[in-house]
Amino acid sequence: MITKEDVEHIGWLARIEISEQETVEYMEKLNSVLDYFGQLDELPTEDVAPTYHVAEVFNVFREDVVKESLPQEEVLANTEHKQDGAFKSPKIV
Amino acid sequence: MAEAKWMSVAQVKEQIRESSAEEVTASYLEVIGKSKLNGYVAVSEKAVEQAKEIDSKGHKGPLAGVPIAIKDNISVKGMQNCCGSKILEGYVPPFNAHVIEKLQAAGAVILGKTNMDEFAMGSSTETSHYGPTLNPWDLERVPGGSSGGSAAVVAGGEAPFALGSDTGGSVRCPAAFCGIVGLKPTYGSISRYGVVAYANSLEQVGPLANNVSDIAALMDVIGGYDNRDSTSIDRKIAYQEALKDDIKGLKIGIPKEFFGEGINPDVEKAVWDSIHRCEDLGASWEEVSMPNIPYALASYYIIAMSEASSNLARFDGTRYGYREKGENWHSMISKTRAEGFGVEAKRRIFLGTYALSAGYHDKYYLKALKVRTLVKQDFDKALSKADVLMAPTMPNPAFKIGEKIEDPLTLYLSDVNTCPINLAGVPSISVPCGFTDGLPIGLQVIGKPFDEASILQAAYAFEQNTDHHTRRPPEVA
Repeated sequence: MITKEDVEHIGWLARIEISEQETVEYMEKLNSVLDYFGQLDELPTEDVAPTYHVAEVFNVFREDVVKESLPQEEVLANTEHKQDGAFKSPKIV
Repeated sequence: MAEAKWMSVAQVKEQIRESSAEEVTASYLEVIGKSKLNGYVAVSEKAVEQAKEIDSKGHKGPLAGVPIAIKDNISVKGMQNCCGSKILEGYVPPFNAHVIEKLQAAGAVILGKTNMDEFAMGSSTETSHYGPTLNPWDLERVPGGSSGGSAAVVAGGEAPFALGSDTGGSVRCPAAFCGIVGLKPTYGSISRYGVVAYANSLEQVGPLANNVSDIAALMDVIGGYDNRDSTSIDRKIAYQEALKDDIKGLKIGIPKEFFGEGINPDVEKAVWDSIHRCEDLGASWEEVSMPNIPYALASYYIIAMSEASSNLARFDGTRYGYREKGENWHSMISKTRAEGFGVEAKRRIFLGTYALSAGYHDKYYLKALKVRTLVKQDFDKALSKADVLMAPTMPNPAFKIGEKIEDPLTLYLSDVNTCPINLAGVPSISVPCGFTDGLPIGLQVIGKPFDEASILQAAYAFEQNTDHHTRRPPEVA
């Protein structure tokens, strides 16, 4: 069971602000889904290796060649928050 | 010229030869203009111009002048790519996805971008910020999801075919609900470059069309290797060559776990009738057991949500899309994400973050990955005895708008027969196989990795000997 405090903590980790009321709603719905996930405990998996993906490729490398990249103005075209050719964000520290 | 509505790609090409690509595109735009379905979220302003160019150049590509609709999570340079989300409102990608480069080289004309569940998270297209898409067979019902817009516009005659993406059933579910054909290709067979990621170890771009031949024609264009997707596999698959009306000797496996509790009796009957039809055509069938399938849904959702929580971390209001004001960096991002994401996207980010967090990683995420191995082994075993597997795509026909959206678990359960395929990475095609109360039913044909040829051949032969795919939705006819 996840608690109200857990939900607040996850919200902080996920960088999503939630209100007091939402915290309670989330707690109920998340717990019903987590209950369902609990059924996996029935399956013994001690000796089973995990599958992260099914493509039979590992360590895919390519030559490190310089290619043409997108023009700066096109990259910045999707925001009004920019200055001197860079994205502008609020103060971090 | 004749109205282009519901023409096959071969007929569209014939029509282009007789009149022009411009006239065909204009004909589709006219149908789109009268649409009641909310299938498109953006219609291209350049479509007619592009078609004219194809005409004037005498383009010789395999899809020269053939119009297509694109799901709104696949990047088309200069067109919006909002993924059904407020957080990407107004976002216009400065580059093309690999599949779009291929389509444009083949001469296809992009009609517009289609509606979808927010970030492909849903099975009904109701979680879109841009309103639900309606099912052309019954306007009070969902078209399925998450590629509901792509399926509805094809079924509604507003495009000859379309691209969607399938993470846990998002091409096959709406194909089944809208009475059309949809393919989830083998993982690695189509580049995901330029497709907005939801759960990248599970998803593939997939085509939706009115018939199996059009699916194969599209796959021959968009399939193939691309070094910008590190999971892309360099392996040639001949799709159109597989279309033979002959399934004599085909061995079909029937996994009984896909006919579980809660399956609609009409769906069960239609699927069994289809299996018997294949038997009449010279195929044989036997039941196969896949004991870990009942655990696939939980494993799928844990993995999908975990990957989503990481993939969707990039949406922070800094470089594109919606942005809220905040007194500092943390509060700007937290408010942007609170306002920009819808309820279902947030729920999945929360659950995924939790499943990956310290103390719970092994219990949920690692456990789910181990169960994934067991599910994959079930497929390997079943497909070692059979050439293809057959099962219902969806346990039920399209449900009413609003019926399942309030309870997340109920909605998740509708993916029970589609998501195991994504865990295993195998290909699967949904084809129309019957009706219940005027609503279409889908038959799912599942194959070995990179053996699209077998499922296309089985689906094609089935289609050639049945007429389910020729019925058109009365609501939009």
